Amino acid sequence: MRFAVLVFPGSNCDIDCYKAVEQTVGEPVDYVWHTATDLSPYDAILVPGGFSYGDYLRCGAISRFAPVMNEVAKAAEQGKFILGICNGFQILTEAGLLPGALRRNESMKFRCHDSVLKVVNNDTPFTRHYEEGQEIVIPIAHGEGNYYCDEETLQKLRDNKQIVFTYSGNPNGSVGDIAGICNERGNVLGMMPHPERAVNSLLGSEDGKAMFTSIIQTWRDTHGAASVR
Amino acid sequence: MLKAKVYVTIKQSVLDPQGVAVQGALHSMGFQEVESLRIGKYMEVELNTDDRQEAEDRLKVMCEKLLANTVVEDYRYELEG
Amino acid sequence: MAQQVSAKEPTAAQIAEHRLYEQMGVSDSEYDLICSFMGRKPNYTEIGVFSVMWSEHCAYKNSKPLLRRFPTSGPRVLMGPGEGAGIVDIGDNQAVVFKIESHNHPSAVEPFQGAATGVGGIIRDIFSMGARPVAILNSLRFGRLESDRVKYLFEHVVSGIAGYGNCIGIPTVGGEVVFDESYEGNPLVNAMCVGIIDHDKIQRGVAKGVGNPVFYVGPPTGRDGIHGATFASVELTEESEANRTAVQVGDPFMEKLVMESCLELINSGIVLGIQDMGAAGLTCSSAEMASKAGNGLELYLDQVPQREEGMTAYEMMLSESQERMLFVVEPKHEEQAREIFERWGVICAKVGKVTDDGRLKLLHHGEVVGDMPVHALVDECPVYNKPSAEPAYFAEQAAVDTTRYEEVKDLGGALKQIMGSPSLASKAWVYDQYDYMVRTSTAVRPGSDAAVVTVDGTRKALAMTTDCNGRYVYLDPETGGKIAVSEAARNIVCSGAEPLAITDNLNFGSPEKPEIFWQMERAVDGMAEACRVLNAPVIGGNVSLYNENAKGAIFPTPVVGMVGLIHDIDHITTQGFKAEGDHVYLLGETFAELGGSEFQSVMHGVSEGRPPVLDLNTEKKLLSGVLTAIQSGFVRSAHDVSEGGVAAALAESCISGGVGAVVQLDTELRNDVALFSESQSRIVLSVSPEHTSNLEQLLKEAGVPFAAIGRVGGSELNIRINGASAVQEPVEVLKAVWEDAIPCRMK
Repeated sequence: MRFAVLVFPGSNCDIDCYKAVEQTVGEPVDYVWHTATDLSPYDAILVPGGFSYGDYLRCGAISRFAPVMNEVAKAAEQGKFILGICNGFQILTEAGLLPGALRRNESMKFRCHDSVLKVVNNDTPFTRHYEEGQEIVIPIAHGEGNYYCDEETLQKLRDNKQIVFTYSGNPNGSVGDIAGICNERGNVLGMMPHPERAVNSLLGSEDGKAMFTSIIQTWRDTHGAASVR
Repeated sequence: MLKAKVYVTIKQSVLDPQGVAVQGALHSMGFQEVESLRIGKYMEVELNTDDRQEAEDRLKVMCEKLLANTVVEDYRYELEG
Repeated sequence: MAQQVSAKEPTAAQIAEHRLYEQMGVSDSEYDLICSFMGRKPNYTEIGVFSVMWSEHCAYKNSKPLLRRFPTSGPRVLMGPGEGAGIVDIGDNQAVVFKIESHNHPSAVEPFQGAATGVGGIIRDIFSMGARPVAILNSLRFGRLESDRVKYLFEHVVSGIAGYGNCIGIPTVGGEVVFDESYEGNPLVNAMCVGIIDHDKIQRGVAKGVGNPVFYVGPPTGRDGIHGATFASVELTEESEANRTAVQVGDPFMEKLVMESCLELINSGIVLGIQDMGAAGLTCSSAEMASKAGNGLELYLDQVPQREEGMTAYEMMLSESQERMLFVVEPKHEEQAREIFERWGVICAKVGKVTDDGRLKLLHHGEVVGDMPVHALVDECPVYNKPSAEPAYFAEQAAVDTTRYEEVKDLGGALKQIMGSPSLASKAWVYDQYDYMVRTSTAVRPGSDAAVVTVDGTRKALAMTTDCNGRYVYLDPETGGKIAVSEAARNIVCSGAEPLAITDNLNFGSPEKPEIFWQMERAVDGMAEACRVLNAPVIGGNVSLYNENAKGAIFPTPVVGMVGLIHDIDHITTQGFKAEGDHVYLLGETFAELGGSEFQSVMHGVSEGRPPVLDLNTEKKLLSGVLTAIQSGFVRSAHDVSEGGVAAALAESCISGGVGAVVQLDTELRNDVALFSESQSRIVLSVSPEHTSNLEQLLKEAGVPFAAIGRVGGSELNIRINGASAVQEPVEVLKAVWEDAIPCRMK
């Protein structure tokens, strides 16, 4: 299985995502520049955090028009795994790959600290190694992580089990305490907290590891027969 | 050459934390008459065309696609010149 | 509009006749000297260039004799003061690069942008050496956290730092925030950046190779931050007022692109010299690069990317537009360099050429608009030995008995007041706004004695801290200087690291006042001696003078930024108590020393007397004993005893560990003095029961006085003195006071 970590001008968690893949699952991983027009070699695409294009105008608003985003949309269509973290989540909502939008934190301040998340849906390619209802410690670091969607969309998210993570102790004002959501099909996930920062106990938490191992497991389950043959 | 003024504001139904903070500050300064305050973005766009209809059509697309996020923001524009 | 301003530029004769140079900070004798180097009267652009090159900021003309007193070399020092930043070896062909710099005045005027551009500037100093920046620290001083103005400055300085550091993706891992009346109206904003580099990648700011092209990188130049003197020296009109932009605006996104593209350029191995455009922008970078190579430089100002129309030579040379760099390559590598910047979307323009005539020559609109000898600009600024005089207060303070106040009986109450004093209280309100985790290397987050950042791909880590107690330095500059260095070293050692070197930021009042210059001299002497004894040379730094408000000078505040090397990540140690049943030790001796203490300030509203004494040999033994104990695996937690004395140190270890402690102190001192004295060279350790005898043996051999004072456990901090209860407070209560102090004031 091969991972891509996208790099936009201003991405700054690209290195952390790359390191996390190396440290948790040890599968091949490449940085892929925002101008790339082919993502066919990749099975999982990580859209990293940072301040792409300085977060000018709106977080993610400019990045979503990068050439590579057409390929991300195609990959999503093909059922590949797409994980957007922090700024990556913002880019995926701007691109319309996930519903809703991220607003400024209610406190009006950037907030960086550990947060306790509840795994609401462990039946996704990204969360199968967690228990449903499990509480995990994953750090947040964002100024605009206040998730918004209208009532109708919220109900749809609930009905389709698209809410994957919620906060225990809402740090930013998100509707429904939402920390991470997926698309209907379940192969595109966006979240504000940073699982790639929680893969080493020396740095505070290992609770993010299971996201990466879940992806690998899912991929093996679906590709296992083919690769054995 | 046409000049457009584009205003992007947070939708009425969506909380505007900056607006709330500034409103609170004005109240504490004694401007009790401030009923509501919403903060938005203002952009000046110069368009190299004299065709108003075309300019308006294209502006609308710009707003829908990039300048505003219509999930949380409203926009309006004025054309001059 | 702009043409009008340039049309008003005075002629060389007018500058001389009306002594316009004086408004640029150039004295009569300096002007005469400049004329003799030039062989004629300088024109407006030339005198502007000289005025910034001969300013304190660039030439250290008032502080140079003092800076020479610092030890600047050592077996690990690869580069001392003089380049963008100093460099120290950390083994395995790797080195650490770090420097601290002030942005005090800009932050007083516009706190958000002032602080942001301060951070941006120090980051450029680090990556221009070829290093990858890995951490930022900030040492901040504000007035008392009571007035709206102070709160405004505090809030916006913090968000300016956050805005820049978070966006560029370098973790802000530590520093300090102190509130004291002395900094009212003159906040101190000192930013430090730490980077990591391979030895063979180290760059220098030199313009090598006659005929080689000189390139400008970064956003176009505007009229940002042009020396205020400019407009003081031309007749002010509405037009020129509109052009006057003293405040520089930072663009961290641009800096991220400039940083990544420059590091890529450097890694390609084709760079001959590179330097950032900091203070005095194009002027300082071009003159210094030429000087270091013993060459000259021609600049084609028409080629300089410009943001505004009609900029004059003077404006371009003195602009402090941010995020700009200057570099030199051989002509054959021009295309390769251009391609790198094009890929990153960063402007790169050929703006000059290295020459052999030793002159800085400026060409604009086909004319030579400036022609100056480089050595005169860089090396010939006169150095002044300012008169120094002991201030009257110094002798008066010697007579003050710091135990003369009535004994405080409610010791638990006093501890809560001290823990709730903004200078001691939790700074989570500040650092939660900083992304201190990006780059996933932060092993010890803000809030412990020192921050710790791991070195990728190795078992090593770097500990880093900034320290200075301005009250101590005011009361006795020499002792205060020693304490600043020693406390930094103690914080580094408590984290499990060996101190490597320091960078210093000398924040003082006006050196024109003999009493202030005396403070500078004595503080530097104290620091220098401590650096020598503790083997921590000074590898660079910054001087910020004229920090005064309506009431006079700020407390002399020579901030020490220190970096230490942790040889193995297993040695990383933090201040919080770890496990019930662990033994608690107090190392060092406690004397009746309340001068300049937090207790004195909080409980009695004064800062007076002499600060605690510091014996450097005692300190050295303590540091080496504790480091050996940590490296031997005997120590569970270590915490420096500083502001608030042993009571505050114990409370902090309890709060950080989320556990209580029962402690017994035997002392002949009065109870309040024993708890809150700030005697130096003391550390609180906690040790698991199986290691106590090993530790005691080690400390005895190292000659470190110690006392086993109690056990970790329970949910209260329970301190008994000579058998009687002195403090008994739930840790939750202490924590609440400590955590709420700043957020409550900022609501």
